[in-house]
Amino acid sequence: MMKTDAQSGKEIALRLEALGNDVLADIELKKNPSLSILTRNLNNVYFDEDQGLIRLGDKRQNRNYINLNQAKKFMQTLLVAKQIKWLLEQQKPALSIRQLYYTLKHSIPGSKENTFDTQDESDPLIEDVEVMVDALREELKLIATPKGVLAGPMVVLDQTGDTLDFSKMGSAGGAVPPSVEENTFKIKECSADFILVVEKFAVWNLLNQGKYWKDANCMIMTGKGQPARAERRLLHRMQKELNIPIYIFTDMDPWGYYIYSVYKQGSINLAFFSEKAGAPKAQYLGFSTSDVKQFDIPRSAYIKLKDVDYKRLKEIEAYDWFKSKGWKNEFAAMKQFGYKVEQDSLVAKSIEFTAKEYLPTKIENKQFIN
Amino acid sequence: MVTNVAETMAKTHKAISIAEFFEKNKHLLGYENLQKSLLTVVREGVDNSLDACEEARILPDIYIELQKKANGDNKFKVIIEDNGPGIVKANIPKIFGKLLYGSKFHRLRQSRGQQGIGISAAVLYGQLTTGKSAKIYSRINDGKTHIYELHVDIQTNEPQIQAEDTVYGSGHGTRLELNVKGRYVKGKQSIYEYIQETAIMNPFAKIVFVDPDGEKFEFPRVVEELPKEPREIKPHASGIELGTLLRMMKNSKARIISGFLAAEFSRISSEKAKELCVLANIDPKVSTTSLTRDEAEALHDQMQKARLQNPPTDCLSPITAKPIEEGLKKELAPEFVTAVSRSAAVYSGNPFLVEVGIAYGGNLDQEGSVHLMRYANKVPLLYEQSACAITKSVIQTDWRRYKLSQSGGSLPVGPVAITIHFASVWVPYTSEGKEAIASYPVIIKEIKLAIQEAARRMGVYLSRKRRANEAEERKAIFHRYVGELAVALHELTGKDEEKIAAQMTELIEEKLKTMVLVVEPEDAENEAQKEVDNEIPDEDNSENGESLSEKEDGE
Repeated sequence: MMKTDAQSGKEIALRLEALGNDVLADIELKKNPSLSILTRNLNNVYFDEDQGLIRLGDKRQNRNYINLNQAKKFMQTLLVAKQIKWLLEQQKPALSIRQLYYTLKHSIPGSKENTFDTQDESDPLIEDVEVMVDALREELKLIATPKGVLAGPMVVLDQTGDTLDFSKMGSAGGAVPPSVEENTFKIKECSADFILVVEKFAVWNLLNQGKYWKDANCMIMTGKGQPARAERRLLHRMQKELNIPIYIFTDMDPWGYYIYSVYKQGSINLAFFSEKAGAPKAQYLGFSTSDVKQFDIPRSAYIKLKDVDYKRLKEIEAYDWFKSKGWKNEFAAMKQFGYKVEQDSLVAKSIEFTAKEYLPTKIENKQFIN
Repeated sequence: MVTNVAETMAKTHKAISIAEFFEKNKHLLGYENLQKSLLTVVREGVDNSLDACEEARILPDIYIELQKKANGDNKFKVIIEDNGPGIVKANIPKIFGKLLYGSKFHRLRQSRGQQGIGISAAVLYGQLTTGKSAKIYSRINDGKTHIYELHVDIQTNEPQIQAEDTVYGSGHGTRLELNVKGRYVKGKQSIYEYIQETAIMNPFAKIVFVDPDGEKFEFPRVVEELPKEPREIKPHASGIELGTLLRMMKNSKARIISGFLAAEFSRISSEKAKELCVLANIDPKVSTTSLTRDEAEALHDQMQKARLQNPPTDCLSPITAKPIEEGLKKELAPEFVTAVSRSAAVYSGNPFLVEVGIAYGGNLDQEGSVHLMRYANKVPLLYEQSACAITKSVIQTDWRRYKLSQSGGSLPVGPVAITIHFASVWVPYTSEGKEAIASYPVIIKEIKLAIQEAARRMGVYLSRKRRANEAEERKAIFHRYVGELAVALHELTGKDEEKIAAQMTELIEEKLKTMVLVVEPEDAENEAQKEVDNEIPDEDNSENGESLSEKEDGE
């Protein structure tokens, strides 16, 4: 286990060294030192329909040192790169991206300026380094803080050597650890029939309290809103290794829809990560416009759509991965309806309504949007 | 009864000597307190010396010394010596010992003194406060030095000679020694300030000042040419008062009225004179003596209404821009200096012109308001700043447009010295104290125009400087990060850190040579807009920076 880690680490360190040598070559040739970085924005992602994933294109942009707007960022990028190399070579435990920021933050000798002032400056550079050396953050010994919890009939061997039984995690559920790679979080067995991903912790909590996962024989997981990398990576592995259906249950609003798409097809900013984190077989369970009538949701649960909601809706409609017939209908219906509905509001019907009525009905009737 | 009283009263009525009047009203002439009195004495002497030198076309050398008298508090001996033409022996007593005796009152040309009251008043002040006579030495290049000790007779306003002597002496010049009561101060409204301000606006003069502690200050000459000599002009019709017109008519040698107008006024031709008479229903050929008062009034009326050409301006003696700049440079050592000399304008028939000098930075005080120096006919005005048209004009100017901060109704703030020179054949002072210029709208307007022009140049300089600083600062970032980069590259590649740093530095130097960062603005007005335009766009996800490197690097 440690061996494979060390091997991949060594390989990445070599790639980082090559990156440094490329910059040195520029300097020796008296060329403006530059780094070529894949562009990570909407202009350089495309939807791979065959795979059902958002992917990064091959547009690159140069980050030059002799450029007033880029000089500092260039310097910071190399600082991040060298620090990652150091982390890999020193065989230290993985650091959080905030801790990495602190290891690099210091005042620049001879000036009042800091190398970094906020973590917002170092975080995107880590992603830059990921694409430059074609390695994932998890392989770079950096972790983002995961928020997710899960529960259900699954047993995992943790990198600490502990065996975790997610059916015995009590009311808090089991936390998703920062690193969920095969060698750090090995799924030993799982008897679940499907995986239910819930947007909000409050909804997940109610399902866990009522042991919904036991009645339905499923895994329930939440990323507490927009999921971090670990939750997405874990869902990807569960899809691949367990081969069971995945249902995603969010608020009925453009933000909820987008959370579904991040789990399923990946995100724009981390398009390079989709292949390892996407779960293209996931299906949207709800909450959807047709549910409002079908389950007779009381008017008190409706929230009027605001301008920002319409704006976001328009953006989402334009994404290639939201162009299916099902989604077109859903967007049209929402605009006509003019309201959004939170998944929490189903308790207005009754506390048990979600577990006893809503979810079983939807799953049984296979009322999903894809 | 009543008649008796009137007769008794009539016995007490008598003429008052001007000298007697002065004794009771000396505050009107700048002798209101000890500090100001000492300054007034020095100022009258120096003004006289500079006027004399200029009139004789001699580059002035002025020596000023103040000695504190041992025998009493607040008593000083004031010595003022010049290299002027000197005064002929016969005139010395009246010039120094008779009030309102002088060459400047009746003529229309620019000079420092106006009334012929100043220097004799100083003599009188000394005599009143110390009981001592004035001592005058004069040489007029005839191998002799004439020495007088004299008094003003307060009853008769005539000089009273105590002693006179003639000894050997070469060259020319005048030396005045006065014993006066006064108080010597440093700082604001001090004699030193007056002399320095004089030195700034009279850069063609060399001034040496020895203060009461014996410390010697030299104010060098930096301009080797005197200002243009002012020419005497005739009065201009517009703004002349009826009484003046009547007096002039009486004194004129001209026989007929149209001839009088053409001969005694500037810008009135014989045709114009006839036209004015016709408009006033007067026969142009009528004798000046037979004109009735009503006719004179009608003529005066027409003279005011007539659209006459402005009076000739060669009666003025501007310092001009270059010498003002030189004066500011030598005394204040600023980093930037500019001056504007406007062409002449007219208030109430009197030609005047305004000159503004602005100095920025260098040794000037970084804190507080700008240092405003007001001048009338090259003489610094140290008192009554707030009552003066010059101060009002400065305050009314929006200095924020020229990159200085300014809160409403006050002087701008910054390391700036402003000299404003008002030159005229007749300076309209607000009072006899001659410390503040009256606020005629046309005067304010001219001062503001001059300020704006000079300030605009300063504004351009300041924005240019700021941009250059910014550009330098921006360039500095490339060097600033070299150390960090060298560490990073060393740790990534294992190559020698110092060598990397040296190579980087060399590369940056080379690249910076080809970079142009400063945009030269055309003028300050467009600056604001340009600055907005040049602002670097916010960085978004894309890496489109403001690339300042050559094209090849963008690939």
